Amino acid sequence: MPITTEDTIRWLQQVAVILHENRDFLTQLDSPIGDADHGINMDRGFQAVVEKLPALAGMDIGSTLKTVGSTLVSTVGGASGPLYGTAFLRAGIASAGKHELDEADVVSMLEAALEGIKARGKAQPGEKTMVDALTPALAAAKEAEARHLGLSQLLQRVSDAAEAGMKATIPMLATKGRASYLGERSIGHQDPGATSSWLILKTLTEIMG
Amino acid sequence: MTVGLVIVSHSAQLAEGVVELAGQMAQGDVAIAAAGGTSEGVLGTSVEKILAALHEVDGPDGILVLLDLGSAVMATEMAVETFMAGREDLEGQQEHVIISSAPLVEGAVIAAVESSIGNSLQEVAEAASGACTLPKVHSQNR
Repeated sequence: MPITTEDTIRWLQQVAVILHENRDFLTQLDSPIGDADHGINMDRGFQAVVEKLPALAGMDIGSTLKTVGSTLVSTVGGASGPLYGTAFLRAGIASAGKHELDEADVVSMLEAALEGIKARGKAQPGEKTMVDALTPALAAAKEAEARHLGLSQLLQRVSDAAEAGMKATIPMLATKGRASYLGERSIGHQDPGATSSWLILKTLTEIMG
Repeated sequence: MTVGLVIVSHSAQLAEGVVELAGQMAQGDVAIAAAGGTSEGVLGTSVEKILAALHEVDGPDGILVLLDLGSAVMATEMAVETFMAGREDLEGQQEHVIISSAPLVEGAVIAAVESSIGNSLQEVAEAASGACTLPKVHSQNR
Protein backbone atom coordinates (compact mmCIF):
# COMPACT_ATOMS: atom_id res chain seq x y z
CA MET A 1 0.00 0.00 0.00
CA PRO A 2 1.45 3.37 -0.99
CA ILE A 3 1.53 6.50 1.15
CA THR A 4 -1.35 8.70 -0.02
CA THR A 5 -1.96 12.44 0.28
CA GLU A 6 -4.37 11.71 3.16
CA ASP A 7 -1.68 9.64 4.91
CA THR A 8 0.73 12.56 4.51
CA ILE A 9 -1.74 14.93 6.17
CA ARG A 10 -2.40 12.44 9.01
CA TRP A 11 1.36 12.06 9.44
CA LEU A 12 1.92 15.82 9.74
CA GLN A 13 -0.97 16.15 12.21
CA GLN A 14 0.39 13.31 14.32
CA VAL A 15 3.95 14.73 14.18
CA ALA A 16 2.53 17.93 15.68
CA VAL A 17 0.90 15.89 18.48
CA ILE A 18 4.07 13.87 19.16
CA LEU A 19 6.32 16.93 19.16
CA HIS A 20 3.92 18.69 21.51
CA GLU A 21 4.01 15.67 23.86
CA ASN A 22 7.80 15.56 23.64
CA ARG A 23 8.27 19.31 23.95
CA ASP A 24 9.72 19.18 27.47
CA PHE A 25 11.76 16.06 26.72
CA LEU A 26 13.41 17.66 23.66
CA THR A 27 14.04 20.87 25.56
CA GLN A 28 15.60 18.88 28.43
CA LEU A 29 17.93 17.16 25.96
CA ASP A 30 18.82 20.59 24.59
CA SER A 31 19.54 22.21 27.98
CA PRO A 32 22.92 20.68 28.81
CA ILE A 33 24.33 20.97 25.28
CA GLY A 34 22.31 23.64 23.50
CA ASP A 35 20.11 26.63 24.15
CA ALA A 36 17.18 24.71 25.69
CA ASP A 37 14.72 25.67 22.98
CA HIS A 38 14.51 22.67 20.64
CA GLY A 39 11.23 21.32 22.05
CA ILE A 40 9.67 24.79 22.13
CA ASN A 41 10.82 25.56 18.58
CA MET A 42 9.66 22.26 17.05
CA ASP A 43 6.32 22.46 18.84
CA ARG A 44 5.76 26.03 17.62
CA GLY A 45 6.77 25.12 14.07
CA PHE A 46 4.47 22.11 13.76
CA GLN A 47 1.55 23.89 15.40
CA ALA A 48 1.93 26.45 12.61
CA VAL A 49 2.06 23.60 10.08
CA VAL A 50 -1.20 22.14 11.44
CA GLU A 51 -2.88 25.54 11.05
CA LYS A 52 -1.86 25.55 7.35
CA LEU A 53 -3.13 22.01 6.64
CA PRO A 54 -6.81 22.78 5.95
CA ALA A 55 -5.76 25.15 3.16
CA LEU A 56 -3.73 22.36 1.54
CA ALA A 57 -6.65 19.97 0.92
CA GLY A 58 -6.46 18.49 -2.59
CA MET A 59 -2.84 19.49 -3.15
CA ASP A 60 -0.26 16.92 -4.19
CA ILE A 61 2.23 15.58 -1.66
CA GLY A 62 5.11 17.63 -3.06
CA SER A 63 3.24 20.94 -2.72
CA THR A 64 2.12 19.98 0.79
CA LEU A 65 5.66 19.24 1.92
CA LYS A 66 7.01 22.42 0.32
CA THR A 67 4.45 24.43 2.31
CA VAL A 68 5.53 22.57 5.45
CA GLY A 69 9.15 23.50 4.69
CA SER A 70 8.51 27.19 4.19
CA THR A 71 6.28 27.28 7.30
CA LEU A 72 9.05 25.72 9.40
CA VAL A 73 11.63 28.18 8.04
CA SER A 74 9.49 31.12 9.10
CA THR A 75 8.27 29.82 12.47
CA VAL A 76 11.11 27.80 14.03
CA GLY A 77 13.61 30.23 15.51
CA GLY A 78 16.64 28.01 16.06
CA ALA A 79 18.90 26.13 13.68
CA SER A 80 16.18 23.53 13.22
CA GLY A 81 14.09 26.04 11.23
CA PRO A 82 16.44 26.32 8.25
CA LEU A 83 17.45 22.64 8.61
CA TYR A 84 14.02 20.99 8.79
CA GLY A 85 12.69 23.67 6.44
CA THR A 86 15.28 22.70 3.83
CA ALA A 87 14.61 18.99 4.45
CA PHE A 88 10.87 19.29 3.81
CA LEU A 89 11.37 21.65 0.83
CA ARG A 90 13.77 19.15 -0.78
CA ALA A 91 11.49 16.19 -0.01
CA GLY A 92 8.67 18.23 -1.55
CA ILE A 93 10.68 18.84 -4.72
CA ALA A 94 11.48 15.10 -4.88
CA SER A 95 7.74 14.28 -4.67
CA ALA A 96 6.44 17.09 -6.88
CA GLY A 97 3.05 16.32 -8.45
CA LYS A 98 2.67 12.96 -6.68
CA HIS A 99 -0.49 11.83 -4.88
CA GLU A 100 0.97 8.47 -3.87
CA LEU A 101 4.42 7.41 -2.70
CA ASP A 102 6.00 3.99 -3.12
CA GLU A 103 9.25 2.59 -1.71
CA ALA A 104 11.41 4.27 -4.36
CA ASP A 105 9.74 7.63 -3.69
CA VAL A 106 10.42 7.33 0.04
CA VAL A 107 14.08 6.57 -0.67
CA SER A 108 14.50 9.52 -3.02
CA MET A 109 12.67 11.91 -0.67
CA LEU A 110 14.73 10.81 2.33
CA GLU A 111 17.89 11.17 0.27
CA ALA A 112 16.90 14.67 -0.91
CA ALA A 113 16.03 15.71 2.64
CA LEU A 114 19.31 14.43 4.06
CA GLU A 115 21.38 16.03 1.29
CA GLY A 116 19.54 19.31 1.95
CA ILE A 117 20.32 19.18 5.67
CA LYS A 118 23.97 18.31 5.05
CA ALA A 119 24.35 21.16 2.56
CA ARG A 120 22.53 23.70 4.75
CA GLY A 121 24.33 22.75 7.97
CA LYS A 122 27.61 21.79 6.27
CA ALA A 123 27.38 18.69 8.44
CA GLN A 124 28.70 15.16 8.04
CA PRO A 125 27.92 11.98 9.99
CA GLY A 126 29.66 11.69 13.36
CA GLU A 127 29.21 15.33 14.42
CA LYS A 128 26.33 14.69 16.85
CA THR A 129 23.49 16.12 14.76
CA MET A 130 20.26 15.05 13.05
CA VAL A 131 22.47 13.76 10.21
CA ASP A 132 23.46 10.90 12.53
CA ALA A 133 19.85 9.70 12.73
CA LEU A 134 19.01 10.30 9.07
CA THR A 135 22.10 8.75 7.47
CA PRO A 136 21.46 5.21 8.81
CA ALA A 137 17.74 5.72 8.13
CA LEU A 138 18.47 6.37 4.45
CA ALA A 139 20.85 3.39 4.27
CA ALA A 140 18.14 1.16 5.76
CA ALA A 141 15.58 2.50 3.28
CA LYS A 142 17.88 1.80 0.33
CA GLU A 143 18.59 -1.72 1.51
CA ALA A 144 14.91 -2.50 2.13
CA GLU A 145 13.99 -1.16 -1.30
CA ALA A 146 16.71 -3.19 -3.03
CA ARG A 147 15.44 -6.31 -1.28
CA HIS A 148 11.79 -5.52 -2.16
CA LEU A 149 10.67 -5.87 1.45
CA GLY A 150 7.57 -3.73 0.94
CA LEU A 151 6.67 -0.30 2.27
CA SER A 152 5.74 -1.18 5.85
CA GLN A 153 8.93 -3.21 6.38
CA LEU A 154 10.92 -0.39 4.81
CA LEU A 155 9.41 2.19 7.14
CA GLN A 156 9.96 -0.05 10.18
CA ARG A 157 13.63 -0.44 9.30
CA VAL A 158 13.99 3.30 8.66
CA SER A 159 12.52 4.03 12.09
CA ASP A 160 14.72 1.43 13.83
CA ALA A 161 17.86 2.69 12.08
CA ALA A 162 17.07 6.30 13.00
CA GLU A 163 16.59 5.24 16.63
CA ALA A 164 19.94 3.42 16.67
CA GLY A 165 21.58 6.45 15.02
CA MET A 166 20.04 8.74 17.61
CA LYS A 167 21.38 6.61 20.48
CA ALA A 168 24.80 6.55 18.82
CA THR A 169 25.01 10.34 19.23
CA ILE A 170 25.32 9.94 23.04
CA PRO A 171 29.08 9.25 23.15
CA MET A 172 29.84 11.64 20.28
CA LEU A 173 31.77 14.90 20.61
CA ALA A 174 29.77 17.73 19.06
CA THR A 175 31.59 19.74 16.41
CA LYS A 176 28.52 21.46 14.90
CA GLY A 177 25.90 23.73 16.38
CA ARG A 178 25.66 25.31 19.78
CA ALA A 179 26.87 22.08 21.47
CA SER A 180 30.27 22.49 19.80
CA TYR A 181 31.01 25.42 22.10
CA LEU A 182 30.94 22.93 24.99
CA GLY A 183 33.69 20.73 23.54
CA GLU A 184 34.22 17.55 25.59
CA ARG A 185 31.29 18.39 27.87
CA SER A 186 28.97 17.55 24.95
CA ILE A 187 29.93 13.86 25.33
CA GLY A 188 27.36 11.70 27.14
CA HIS A 189 24.28 13.59 25.95
CA GLN A 190 21.82 12.47 23.28
CA ASP A 191 21.46 14.98 20.46
CA PRO A 192 18.04 16.72 20.44
CA GLY A 193 18.00 17.16 16.65
CA ALA A 194 18.70 13.46 16.07
CA THR A 195 15.89 12.74 18.54
CA SER A 196 13.31 14.90 16.76
CA SER A 197 14.36 13.37 13.42
CA TRP A 198 13.69 9.91 14.86
CA LEU A 199 10.30 11.03 16.25
CA ILE A 200 9.24 12.36 12.84
CA LEU A 201 10.21 9.13 11.03
CA LYS A 202 8.78 6.89 13.75
CA THR A 203 5.47 8.71 13.48
CA LEU A 204 5.30 7.97 9.75
CA THR A 205 5.97 4.28 10.45
CA GLU A 206 3.22 4.20 13.07
CA ILE A 207 0.73 6.03 10.83
CA MET A 208 1.35 3.49 8.05
CA GLY A 209 1.50 0.47 10.40
CA MET B 1 25.85 55.44 -2.10
CA THR B 2 27.73 53.21 0.31
CA VAL B 3 27.79 49.50 1.19
CA GLY B 4 24.77 48.63 3.35
CA LEU B 5 25.18 46.65 6.57
CA VAL B 6 22.86 44.06 8.12
CA ILE B 7 23.41 43.05 11.75
CA VAL B 8 22.06 39.57 12.56
CA SER B 9 21.87 38.41 16.16
CA HIS B 10 19.86 35.92 18.23
CA SER B 11 19.02 38.85 20.47
CA ALA B 12 17.02 41.82 19.17
CA GLN B 13 18.65 44.03 21.80
CA LEU B 14 22.14 42.93 20.83
CA ALA B 15 21.42 43.63 17.14
CA GLU B 16 20.01 47.07 17.96
CA GLY B 17 23.00 47.84 20.16
CA VAL B 18 25.48 46.93 17.45
CA VAL B 19 23.53 49.07 14.95
CA GLU B 20 23.74 51.97 17.42
CA LEU B 21 27.47 51.51 17.93
CA ALA B 22 28.29 51.11 14.24
CA GLY B 23 25.92 53.94 13.32
CA GLN B 24 27.88 56.32 15.53
CA MET B 25 31.00 55.56 13.49
CA ALA B 26 29.22 55.92 10.15
CA GLN B 27 27.62 59.24 11.10
CA GLY B 28 24.54 58.70 9.01
CA ASP B 29 26.36 57.88 5.79
CA VAL B 30 25.68 54.13 5.87
CA ALA B 31 22.39 52.22 5.84
CA ILE B 32 22.54 49.77 8.76
CA ALA B 33 19.63 47.49 9.67
CA ALA B 34 19.15 45.17 12.64
CA ALA B 35 17.71 41.66 12.28
CA GLY B 36 17.66 40.31 15.82
CA GLY B 37 15.52 37.70 17.54
CA THR B 38 12.58 35.81 16.07
CA SER B 39 9.36 37.25 14.71
CA GLU B 40 7.79 36.35 18.07
CA GLY B 41 10.36 38.39 19.93
CA VAL B 42 12.22 35.50 21.57
CA LEU B 43 15.91 34.62 21.24
CA GLY B 44 16.66 33.14 17.85
CA THR B 45 17.07 34.15 14.24
CA SER B 46 14.41 34.81 11.64
CA VAL B 47 14.88 34.34 7.90
CA GLU B 48 12.03 36.80 7.32
CA LYS B 49 13.58 39.50 9.51
CA ILE B 50 16.95 39.08 7.80
CA LEU B 51 15.30 39.24 4.38
CA ALA B 52 13.47 42.43 5.35
CA ALA B 53 16.74 43.96 6.58
CA LEU B 54 18.49 43.06 3.30
CA HIS B 55 15.78 44.89 1.35
CA GLU B 56 15.96 47.84 3.73
CA VAL B 57 19.67 48.55 3.20
CA ASP B 58 19.97 47.36 -0.41
CA GLY B 59 21.69 49.67 -2.87
CA PRO B 60 23.97 49.55 -5.91
CA ASP B 61 27.10 49.03 -3.80
CA GLY B 62 25.93 45.82 -2.16
CA ILE B 63 25.48 44.56 1.38
CA LEU B 64 27.74 43.13 4.06
CA VAL B 65 26.03 40.93 6.68
CA LEU B 66 27.58 40.54 10.13
CA LEU B 67 26.27 37.93 12.55
CA ASP B 68 26.68 36.39 15.98
CA LEU B 69 26.38 32.62 16.52
CA GLY B 70 25.52 29.26 15.02
CA SER B 71 22.13 29.24 13.35
CA ALA B 72 22.49 32.91 12.43
CA VAL B 73 24.72 31.65 9.59
CA MET B 74 22.13 29.21 8.23
CA ALA B 75 19.24 31.64 8.56
CA THR B 76 21.30 34.33 6.80
CA GLU B 77 22.29 31.98 3.99
CA MET B 78 18.62 31.12 3.41
CA ALA B 79 17.63 34.78 3.46
CA VAL B 80 20.42 35.72 1.02
CA GLU B 81 19.44 32.89 -1.36
CA THR B 82 15.84 34.11 -1.33
CA PHE B 83 16.96 37.72 -1.77
CA MET B 84 19.21 36.89 -4.74
CA ALA B 85 16.55 34.66 -6.34
CA GLY B 86 14.46 37.80 -6.79
CA ARG B 87 17.31 39.75 -8.36
CA GLU B 88 17.96 38.45 -11.86
CA ASP B 89 19.38 41.91 -12.65
CA LEU B 90 22.44 41.04 -10.55
CA GLU B 91 23.26 37.85 -12.43
CA GLY B 92 26.82 37.69 -13.69
CA GLN B 93 27.82 40.69 -11.61
CA GLN B 94 30.25 40.60 -8.73
CA GLU B 95 29.00 39.34 -5.39
CA HIS B 96 26.22 41.63 -4.19
CA VAL B 97 25.85 40.27 -0.66
CA ILE B 98 28.74 38.98 1.47
CA ILE B 99 28.29 37.18 4.79
CA SER B 100 31.17 38.18 7.05
CA SER B 101 32.97 35.82 9.39
CA ALA B 102 34.17 38.80 11.46
CA PRO B 103 33.42 39.13 15.19
CA LEU B 104 30.13 41.00 15.37
CA VAL B 105 30.99 44.16 17.29
CA GLU B 106 34.48 44.88 15.96
CA GLY B 107 33.49 43.78 12.46
CA ALA B 108 30.44 46.04 12.39
CA VAL B 109 32.35 49.08 13.64
CA ILE B 110 35.16 48.59 11.11
CA ALA B 111 32.68 47.90 8.31
CA ALA B 112 30.73 51.07 9.15
CA VAL B 113 33.90 53.18 8.94
CA GLU B 114 35.10 51.55 5.72
CA SER B 115 31.69 51.87 4.11
CA SER B 116 31.27 55.50 5.17
CA ILE B 117 34.44 56.51 3.32
CA GLY B 118 33.06 55.01 0.12
CA ASN B 119 35.01 51.76 -0.12
CA SER B 120 33.71 48.86 -2.20
CA LEU B 121 31.94 45.79 -0.80
CA GLN B 122 35.09 43.68 -1.26
CA GLU B 123 37.18 46.27 0.59
CA VAL B 124 34.65 46.64 3.40
CA ALA B 125 34.40 42.84 3.78
CA GLU B 126 38.17 42.42 3.87
CA ALA B 127 38.61 45.17 6.42
CA ALA B 128 35.88 43.68 8.63
CA SER B 129 37.40 40.20 8.54
CA GLY B 130 40.69 41.80 9.63
CA ALA B 131 38.93 42.29 12.98
CA CYS B 132 39.52 38.56 13.63
CA THR B 133 43.19 39.23 14.32
CA LEU B 134 42.88 42.69 15.82
CA PRO B 135 44.34 42.61 19.33
CA LYS B 136 41.84 43.98 21.84
CA VAL B 137 44.28 44.33 24.73
CA HIS B 138 47.73 45.47 23.69
CA SER B 139 49.65 45.07 26.91
CA GLN B 140 49.02 41.34 27.30
CA ASN B 141 48.87 38.54 24.82
CA ARG B 142 45.72 36.86 26.06
